[in-house]
Formats: sequence, C-alpha cells, structure tokens
Amino acid sequence: MTDLESLAQRIRIHVLRMTSQGGSSHIGSAFSMVDIMAALYGRVLNVDPKNPRKANRDRFILSKGHAGAAVYATLAECGFFPVEWLKSHYQDGSYLSGHVSHKGIPGVEFSTGSLGHGLGVAAGMALAAKQKEESHRVVCLLSDGECDEGSNWEAILFAAHHKLDNLMAIIDYNKIQSLAPVQETLALEPFTDKWRSFGWSVVETDGHDFPQLTTALGSCHQQAGQPTVVIAHTTKGKGVSFMENSVLWHYRTARGDEFDAALRELQKAA
Amino acid sequence: MRDTFIKRLCELAEEDPAIMLITGDLGFKVLDEFRDRFPKQFLNAGIAEQNMTGLATGLALEGYTVFTYSIANFTFMRCLEQIRNDAAYHDCNVNVVSVGGGFSYGSLGISHHATEDLTIMRSLPNVEVLAPCDNWETTELTTEMAKRPGVSYLRLDKSTAGETQRPGETFEYGKARVLREGSDVTLAGAGGIVGDVLKAADALAQEGISARVLSLHTVKPLDTDTLASACRETGGLITVEEHTIEGGLGGAVAEALFEQGVQPGFFHRVGLRAGFSSTVGSQQYLRSVYGLDANAIADAVRQRVERRKLRRAA
Repeated sequence: MTDLESLAQRIRIHVLRMTSQGGSSHIGSAFSMVDIMAALYGRVLNVDPKNPRKANRDRFILSKGHAGAAVYATLAECGFFPVEWLKSHYQDGSYLSGHVSHKGIPGVEFSTGSLGHGLGVAAGMALAAKQKEESHRVVCLLSDGECDEGSNWEAILFAAHHKLDNLMAIIDYNKIQSLAPVQETLALEPFTDKWRSFGWSVVETDGHDFPQLTTALGSCHQQAGQPTVVIAHTTKGKGVSFMENSVLWHYRTARGDEFDAALRELQKAA
Repeated sequence: MRDTFIKRLCELAEEDPAIMLITGDLGFKVLDEFRDRFPKQFLNAGIAEQNMTGLATGLALEGYTVFTYSIANFTFMRCLEQIRNDAAYHDCNVNVVSVGGGFSYGSLGISHHATEDLTIMRSLPNVEVLAPCDNWETTELTTEMAKRPGVSYLRLDKSTAGETQRPGETFEYGKARVLREGSDVTLAGAGGIVGDVLKAADALAQEGISARVLSLHTVKPLDTDTLASACRETGGLITVEEHTIEGGLGGAVAEALFEQGVQPGFFHRVGLRAGFSSTVGSQQYLRSVYGLDANAIADAVRQRVERRKLRRAA
C-alpha cells in the first residue's frame, strides 16, 4: 500500500467515526472525495501545517462544504491540528461544524455550506495572485450536483475571460446528488464539452487511482491563459461496499452493526 | 451623491493601490474616470452579482479593500447570501454600494425600487449600514468604509438634502448629526429624504413648532444616545425613511429606544406602508403619492403636537 492509499484509508476511518459519533450526514459525499484530498494534501499542494497562513501557500477551498468531515480529517492527519480534535465533530460547543468552517481551525481557508459559493471566491483569490504576481495556485473542489447552481457558471465565464490559469476547479463527479442520480436530476452531460466551450482546459481522471489523480491534480497551468478543471470520476461512498453508489448514504449515518461492518471493511483495506 | 462617491473613491485609490472597484456592468460614464485612471484597480464583473461578490471576497481575503457597485437591489439582494456567508462571515473589507436608494429610479418600476434594503442589510452580523443625506456625508462615509474592517453597505440616493455641513463641523462616524436644533419634536431621517424633513421643519417653524432634525447617516451602528436625549428634550419622535416601515430606520430606532427604557411622548414612523408601488413616477412624485414628502411629514407632526397640546390642556 502506498503512502497516499494509507493516508486515504486513515481519513476514511476518521470520517466514519466522526459522522457516526456526531450523527451527521454526507458520508457518501466525503468518501467520494477522500482520495482527492489525500492526493492534494499528501502530494500536490504547497502547504505547511507548521505555518498554515504562509504567504505563498496554495489556496484550497472546499466548495461542497457538506463534505467538511473529509477536510477536517485530512488536515488533522497532515498535522494542521491534533487528531484528537476530530472527536468533537458535530458535538455541542465544537468548532468542527458539519459544513466546513474556518473559524478556529488551522488550515481551513474558507467556510462553505451553501453550494455555488467557492469558485467565485477562488477566482477572486486567483485574480489577486495575478495582480500581485504571486505564483501560488488556487484550487477549488466542487461536487457534481453543485454545478446546478448558476453562480458557478458566472465564475466559470469570469475565470476564462480573465485567463486565470492559476485557478483549478476539481469536480468530484460521483454521479449522485441528494435525491437521485445527477443525470436524472439536471443532466450535466456532455460535461467536459460544457467546460471546454466555456474556455477551460479539461483533464479527466479516475478519482481513485493515485498515479492518474496526482498527475491530473498537478496539471494547473498546463494551458497558459486557461483555467483548468479536473473532472474526477469517483464513486459515491467509496471504500465501504454497501455505501458505494447509493443515494441512501448521502444522508444516512452509520450506527450499530452498519458502523461495525464499515469499520471492518476500512480497517481490512488499511 | 454617486458622483461624489466616485470622486472620493478616486482620491482614495490614488493613495492606496489596494482599493478595488468592481461593477456589475453598470455605471455608464460615471465610472470612466476611475477606470481610466486606475485600470488595475477596476473590474467589470459583468451582469453577475453573485460572482461579483464572490470575487470581492476572494480579493479582500488577499488584502484588497473592495467596493462592489451596482444600482438599486442588484448589488445586495441578488447576492445576499454571498454577502452573508462569504464577505461578512469571513470579516472581509467588502463595501457594497447601491446607487439608487428608495425611489431614486422610481419610474423604472419595482425591480428598481430599493425599499427594503435597510431592513435586510441591518439584520446581517458584521455589516454596517450607511445612508448619507448629502455629498459631505457621502464623502466622509466613503473614507470610513475604506478604513473600517468588515462589510459596509452604502445606500446612495439620487436626491440630496443640499449642503448640510455647518461651518467648522467635523464628521463623526456612528454619531447622528443635529441638522437643526428644536424643542417641540424630533425628526430623525436617513438618506436624501432628509431634504424633505428639513423643508417640513421650515414649514413647521413658520407655525411656531420647533423641530429638531437629525441625520442618522449610520443606520447601523445607530446613535442611541443622541436619539434618547432628543426624545427626552423634545418629547416626541418621528422617523422618516424612503423605505418600508417594516424593520427599517424607524424599526431600528424603536428597538433601541424601547430597550433603553426611553419612551417619547409620541412616536411615529413615516415610511412606506402601501406595499409594492406600481405607480410610475419620479422620486419626488412617489414621495408625495406615498406620504413621505415634506407636506406629509409636517402633517404628521402637526397632528401629534396638537394631540399633545389637548392632552396637556386636559
């Protein structure tokens, strides 16, 4: 098992415990993007847990804020704050809210929760970096269902028009949204064509294959003058067989036997 | 007010390269000077207010002092959630400027009537709400907005109250200005409609009613102390706003005074009570239709002062 695979499994186990103890939702959405988080924080991003606000850090915004548990777990595993803190997730008096929040949490760049907010802010940050001639990247992770929000398409237009090639969007394309498959809710396909026609450089990848994923996520700036989108094909609930590709696990919390079974699967894989 | 705002912003931008102005594709001719003099500090975000506010937040997080600009409701209502979750929650120096408070764009129809903005914006944490009555207040508030952290909302009117600065008067943020001394009643307004308040005070003076006039240029933070002493000293308070009476300036004043245990002899809110306006007309015309003009304000005072007289006589 590679270091990234092992990091990802540890993150998944944290997320399972956090959502189970807190009784929170969105484990399926968190699991589908765990490998992306592991690749970003384990390999791709220039960030420093000892100095989370260092000036030239790459900026990462989770726009699909409901998968906040995966961000907290990743940051804790990477040393931004003690792993112990994760136990407070979703508990009374905690800072670790169900939707990702930056207050009091080292390493969280931006708080989200309402969908369609992250990319515009990321575009503003990327524009600032251009204006100040700074070389860091701005990376924003969105869900597929989130692309229903019109505000994203405002930002997509803007980023291409202003040639923000220091901006990367990642789509966690797990094909399932809150109530039903994406394609049955508001069809996104042909998805890559949409991004290309808006002037973005498009990279498709398997969102769970680390060699492919790290190459794709490292491809920001690949086309001068064009922002990049990585469309990561993922599996909702990835890592626990009975959660995979299931609408149910968008909201369901693993308890009792389900928790034990999920933990066994994850620990076996780890 | 709009031109005064831009003029002051140009001066500020000259001193501080971190000041940025983003427009939602409005401001034909008005923004030309700023754009031409400070091309790197100017951005047209297109007709996309949600993204405009997101961009402003991203830029502010990276150290910029950002002004977003559009007319009437577009600058805050379309993108209210971006103002709340993004700019305000993240303590960003994002300054939301609406050109066309109240019925400034009266003839354009209800889409362009900004008549609920004070209520909506003052309810947001980390957001201060500013409504100047003249060019001097506009200049001073623009300077303050740039300087102060957090989100400010600036409501600019087409009409103004004229030049209200007294010789030697200095501006104090958060402090109501006493435009006219008076002892029988206090008239507290915000925005260009203060011009009608002053006219009403003039008419009342002719009849021997002495009205104190306050300009509450910061609706939030509200200067409760000046309001409380005005109530005690004049015995009656009437608020005036070109805005719904639901939770706006009058609402803010009532909440603050009641909580402090200050009870004026009479209290009345001059504001919109009629719901949406589907009447076409200029700002001044609509003020007269909806009972917000100098005549209506003076009438409101006369009735209450008369009643007080009768009560006292009894």
